[in-house]
Amino acid sequence: MLRPRIIPCLLVKNKGLVKTVNFDHPKYVGDPINAVRIFNEKQTDELMVLEIDASAEKREPDYKMIEHWASECRMPLSYGGGIKNIDQALRIFSLGVEKVALSSAAIENPKLISEIATQVGSQSVVVVLDVKKKLFGGYEVHTYNGKKHTGKNPVDLAKQFEDLGAGEIVINSIDHDGVMKGYDLALIEKVRKAITLPLTVLGGAGSLKDIGELIKKFGVIGAAAGSLFVFKGVYKAVLINYPNPEEKDILIRNNQQA
Amino acid sequence: MIAIIDYGMGNIRAFANVYKKLDIPITIARNEADLADATKIILPGVGAFDHAMGKLNQSGMRPKLEELVIEKKTPVIGICVGMQMLAKSSDEGQLPGLGWIDATVKKFDITKIHSTTRLPHMGWNDVTPLQPLNHLFDGLEKEAKFYFLHSYYFACNQPADDIAEADYGGPFSCAVNHQNIFGVQFHPEKSHQYGVKLLENFSKL
Repeated sequence: MLRPRIIPCLLVKNKGLVKTVNFDHPKYVGDPINAVRIFNEKQTDELMVLEIDASAEKREPDYKMIEHWASECRMPLSYGGGIKNIDQALRIFSLGVEKVALSSAAIENPKLISEIATQVGSQSVVVVLDVKKKLFGGYEVHTYNGKKHTGKNPVDLAKQFEDLGAGEIVINSIDHDGVMKGYDLALIEKVRKAITLPLTVLGGAGSLKDIGELIKKFGVIGAAAGSLFVFKGVYKAVLINYPNPEEKDILIRNNQQA
Repeated sequence: MIAIIDYGMGNIRAFANVYKKLDIPITIARNEADLADATKIILPGVGAFDHAMGKLNQSGMRPKLEELVIEKKTPVIGICVGMQMLAKSSDEGQLPGLGWIDATVKKFDITKIHSTTRLPHMGWNDVTPLQPLNHLFDGLEKEAKFYFLHSYYFACNQPADDIAEADYGGPFSCAVNHQNIFGVQFHPEKSHQYGVKLLENFSKL
């Protein structure tokens, strides 16, 4: 049986691991390599690392750092941040990353998705959509850490990117980021209905119960979370954590769709 | 010595790290000379079929690899696209495969996948080794979960070459063996203790 994936999402800024709230107030939570090692020990399904300052600062991905993460990582790794062209994407694959995540570059230059997919295969091309609720209803995709409006709707973009050969869509809710009160299920449902690609959702998970609800509703889905896996307790003490294999099996079994 | 073929595709370091942890010596082969002491060969792969085949063809290692695998019967294992390259051809591309195993690579039939998520087949899935158990799966008979990331599957023309199956819209062959030639569709280098065990088993063959 193919299982839903439970994925820690690590945000990196100035080479340090940070966690944001609503894409703002980055709080330093530790060393990314140390986090990768802990997630190895915890037999994590998959890991997503997003370098949040690369595109915003218009700089290249930090290849040295990526190489270091990829070689430490004993689970599949998606990397996103600062990728603007195919050469950068190919270089990142050569460092041992399984999937590259595009965001602003895919929205500004959708052809890039097909260009990369032709060479590396669709399965390795991820598009991350940072989504925010509009003031008067509906959703809009933002770029550059939520700062730039695109005027585009996440459902339309997800469909367009599926047609262009993306292999996975990540929906990242800006409104729910770091809030830890559950995923935006309404948003997820809209996108889920529109595409058949693997869908991973990020933003809002505050407990394993939230992940359980997601699995119950959507079955095979990627449940990603940041705060949940780096903080512990009501005072949000920094502690890398992840369900152990037994807890994970129970969580999936109890919420499995018939 | 186990030689990991580095032709610019696939996670060479991840294999190297697994074997380092197991205290099993490896070498990373980037040209023919690097293959001189190879007693086992790992052919990794990430990417589209033609791109990977093209890279291997350009690497200059193919004649030596064929000598080792076909004439000297050195054990070789292809991983993911590296496995698909062992076949004669693939629906995904135009270039011929290595043709070391009598098989073709086909796209999954999405009408058979009854899930909101269709392709790629992405994530952790159960792997069932077939009987008689191949030594590649020693210790993995009871429970084996591996990470998959692919939209095409390896279709053996000789049923006896199929050594393990997974289910995605029906059973498909996720591990094969013909004489000294092995292939696995999943990523053992990224599948925690199950993958470590399989790679250790390969080193002992």
